[in-house]
Amino acid sequence: MQREGSPWRGLAAVTLKELADHLSSARMRVLEWLVVLTAAAALYGALQGIRQTTSSDPFVFLRLFTSSQAPLPSFASILGFLIPLIAIGLGFDAINGEYSRRTMSRVLSQPIYRDALLLGKFIAGLATLAISLVCLWLLLIGLGLLLLGVPPSGEEVARSLVFLVIALAYAGVWLAVAMLFSTIFKSAATSALVSLGLWLFLALLWPMLAPALANVIAPPDLMSVLSGQPSLHTLHWQQILERISPTQLFGEAVVVILSPMTRTLGPVFLHQLEGLVMGAPLPLMESLSIVWPQVVGLIAGCILLFAIAYVVFQRQEVRA
Amino acid sequence: MSDYVIQAEGLTKRYGDTTAVNGITFHAARGEIFGLLGPNGAGKTTTILMLLGLTEITAGTVRVLGHDPRREPLTIKQQLGYLPDSVGFYNHLSARDNLAYTARLLGIAPEHRRERIHEALERVQLTHVLDKRVSTFSHGMRQRLGLAEIIMKRARIAILDEPTTGLDPQATEDFLELIRTLKADGVAVLLSSHLLDHMQRVCDRVALFQQGDIALMGSVAELARKVLGDGFEVEVEVAGENLRECLAGVEGVSSVESSAPERYRLRANRDVRADAARAAVQAGGALRRLSIREPSLDAIYNHHFQRPAVKEASSHAT
Repeated sequence: MQREGSPWRGLAAVTLKELADHLSSARMRVLEWLVVLTAAAALYGALQGIRQTTSSDPFVFLRLFTSSQAPLPSFASILGFLIPLIAIGLGFDAINGEYSRRTMSRVLSQPIYRDALLLGKFIAGLATLAISLVCLWLLLIGLGLLLLGVPPSGEEVARSLVFLVIALAYAGVWLAVAMLFSTIFKSAATSALVSLGLWLFLALLWPMLAPALANVIAPPDLMSVLSGQPSLHTLHWQQILERISPTQLFGEAVVVILSPMTRTLGPVFLHQLEGLVMGAPLPLMESLSIVWPQVVGLIAGCILLFAIAYVVFQRQEVRA
Repeated sequence: MSDYVIQAEGLTKRYGDTTAVNGITFHAARGEIFGLLGPNGAGKTTTILMLLGLTEITAGTVRVLGHDPRREPLTIKQQLGYLPDSVGFYNHLSARDNLAYTARLLGIAPEHRRERIHEALERVQLTHVLDKRVSTFSHGMRQRLGLAEIIMKRARIAILDEPTTGLDPQATEDFLELIRTLKADGVAVLLSSHLLDHMQRVCDRVALFQQGDIALMGSVAELARKVLGDGFEVEVEVAGENLRECLAGVEGVSSVESSAPERYRLRANRDVRADAARAAVQAGGALRRLSIREPSLDAIYNHHFQRPAVKEASSHAT
């Protein structure tokens, strides 16, 4: 049966309201400070390293993102770790929160479809993340200008902007995860726990489990056992398994985009090194074509998760 | 379009094997307060959700303002206000901001919003807390704010689910008065509740739900006649001789009991006060007092819901 009226009706109203809620919420403020402070620490470490070593690096600005000084990880990897936390923080009670406040049926008795409510909440969450990430990016570039004293080159700005887009797609995946769980589970505490659990599993445990699983699925052949090298077949499986985790996809994409010298992900073959000038950077388009599958994977994951949440939400009975 | 704003024919809702609403048929007209009455789980809320298009209809047809909630839910929801039981608002927003959000969802033009919100809050007497956060509101104030939303919407149908549950007597009185003003505006009000005396005070007609069916439907007086038979109880205090036979002879009286000397209790199928007084005086009695107890919804409800239980018990015994 065809329903009448536009599914987009009320989308703007929902989005603006949710965005205002996010930006003024105490939760968001806490998360922002968490990110700013850890990022500042990472940046401090990176600056120490950069000043001492690479004064002649053509991509000195990108080093701000990637270089790490023990014990602190790099800015990019801190973001890889904290973006999911913010995204989950914004999305874990998106739907079940409306039920527990008993506002759901009141809102849905207004002339809007559920589509607008769900999509509006997703767009508002993504916009909030985008605003935070852009602010962070501006802060970083500004601090870099002040402390390094060199302006970034055009390519550096372009690469860091691509990084921003990838970070946003990555955030979108986790936002969609959190919203999916907030649709499935009736209690906000449960959905928060499950989302955080999945995040910890994929970020910390999965990288350890993937090699073991790869060994089971594709046991190394005798040749590689004797030579002490991992077999190609096993490595292939390991990579496939690792890439299930969005954290891995984000990590790979970031490495390629922010370190222009990266030519390939995974094992390097001798024939690929033919005619290679060691340490020569790739042009941006080449780097992009390497990470294109990763970026598409992130965006596709985001859309897929949102679609599942949409179907679950449409089938739900609204009683509160 | 007919006079009825809500027409439901054979409305059915099944969840797997269990039937929540079983082929009910009812109509509600403009400016009418129609009560859905019944114990919890009898299918009242499910019926309401089907009218709103918030839950799938298994079978049957519904027309709300002439539209099908399955096909044109937006057109219906534009003109229909719904107050769910223990309604929720965004606690961190003020009363005005909560209504402003609804106004935006409704597509009310920005230049009219302020005035419509103010007007609605004035009617439910919440203007003094216009800019207070809803988290500071009492239950009664939240219910009134819910009603303000319906007023702001200028709904032609208002569906109120258990609106007076948990309100104190004064708040209940105010709320019922607000419902009556809605009726005066020509709004059709669908009121669901299990609080019988509240329903009796405001409803024009009621439908008695029982396990997904409408067991009885009509005005309170009609139901009384149907269920209680002789639902009117008239008390006469009169001094004199042989009055008992005389009172029993009044048309419509089915029994006369003498509860105390010179005091008689008549059971009748109508208001027999005038006839009883005339008969008593003609027989030479000195009439001192005459009072009537109208049939209450309470009595109807109890009577109706006790009978099947008794039947069931006897069928188990055999």
